[in-house]
Amino acid sequence: MAEKIKNSRVFLNPFSKDNPVIVQVLGICSVLAVTAKLAPAMVMGISVIAVLAFSNVIISLLRNTIPTNIRIIVQLVVVAGLVVMVSQLLAAYAYEVSVQLSVFIGLIITNCILMGRLEAFALGNKPWPSFLDGVGNGIGYAVILVIVAFFRELLGSGTLLGYQVVPDSFYELGYVNNGLMILPPMALIVVACIIWVHRSINKDLQEQ
Amino acid sequence: MENLNLFIRSIFIDNMIFAYFLGMCSYLAVSKNVKTALGLGAAVTFMLVITLPINYLLETYVLKAGALSWLGPEYADVDLSFLSLIMFIAVIASMTQLVEMAVEKYAPALYSSLGIFLPLIAVNCAILGGSLFMQQREFDGVWTSVCAGAGWGIGWLLAIVALAAIRERVDSYSNVPKPLRGIGITFIITALMGIAFMSFLGIKI
Repeated sequence: MAEKIKNSRVFLNPFSKDNPVIVQVLGICSVLAVTAKLAPAMVMGISVIAVLAFSNVIISLLRNTIPTNIRIIVQLVVVAGLVVMVSQLLAAYAYEVSVQLSVFIGLIITNCILMGRLEAFALGNKPWPSFLDGVGNGIGYAVILVIVAFFRELLGSGTLLGYQVVPDSFYELGYVNNGLMILPPMALIVVACIIWVHRSINKDLQEQ
Repeated sequence: MENLNLFIRSIFIDNMIFAYFLGMCSYLAVSKNVKTALGLGAAVTFMLVITLPINYLLETYVLKAGALSWLGPEYADVDLSFLSLIMFIAVIASMTQLVEMAVEKYAPALYSSLGIFLPLIAVNCAILGGSLFMQQREFDGVWTSVCAGAGWGIGWLLAIVALAAIRERVDSYSNVPKPLRGIGITFIITALMGIAFMSFLGIKI
């Protein structure tokens, strides 16, 4: 029973209390760069969940055989292999999205969430909790990605997933899309707002 | 001239931090004071200048479609480009290791000031990002890659030192709302710096 509670905590903590993006501050690069539109953000989120879950399992299976001093290279190779698979799959089945994401799929390799979770969790735990930890952290990351992309696409282009949601009558009344939201710096402001709201609710996370 | 233009562009317009958000993790984590920021920035610049030309040569003579044709006509249609990610990261990881050993042996003073940051650079996405941009934009020459690498590195250094200088002052002189303290206000500072850097857009030499 104790084991079960622990597993569910491993899975659920990264959603809010221990969120990889806004609390652990890992993997910021891609959060900011791929969130101008909702669709690439969702693809990116799913890719990271998949890579994180499987690399966690693989490293966790190998954890007793990896010599400590070369573990970084072993981790990089495992992650790189999985990322190559993801990028080839995307290029084959979702070519347009993979063009939009350009180098950022490749950069999942150096996404600090991966190294962070591998180092902090997979090296010291059994495969099943590691899998849950990977999926949990991946979802925690994807949620932030989707929230940021939702606001940036809605306010910046007036669309969601490419469909227009701001009605034409608004534009006739003089409503204008905020072009600034498409530009990279606004992603930072949106994330800062999420952090603001999140830390106002969870007071114990505030820094002195 | 072309290369000089690319160099300036890479520093200001294609700035790694403000235009692509690469290397954000260490940028946010190591920008608490100017001195360490300067050390990390120098190390990143150095690695970019070394790894970009190496990866360029690798891409041109080994990985690109038809790149192996110098081995003989029967290799002309070999395309190894799906291996590029693994090769690039392997080059970066091993170069980091090599540079670390070389610096330790020949410049112990520099080593002790950079020490902890050198191994961390292997997982700094600005370095891998530089190589991937090199591949995507099909740079045409070793010098082009050196110039772009130097530009990106100096741009990154500029950004992290500027942020560190601002953070030192924000911490001691301003009254930031409690939930925003620390990481939140850092994001907003970076965003404002990014907007300022956008004014360089369109500069051409």
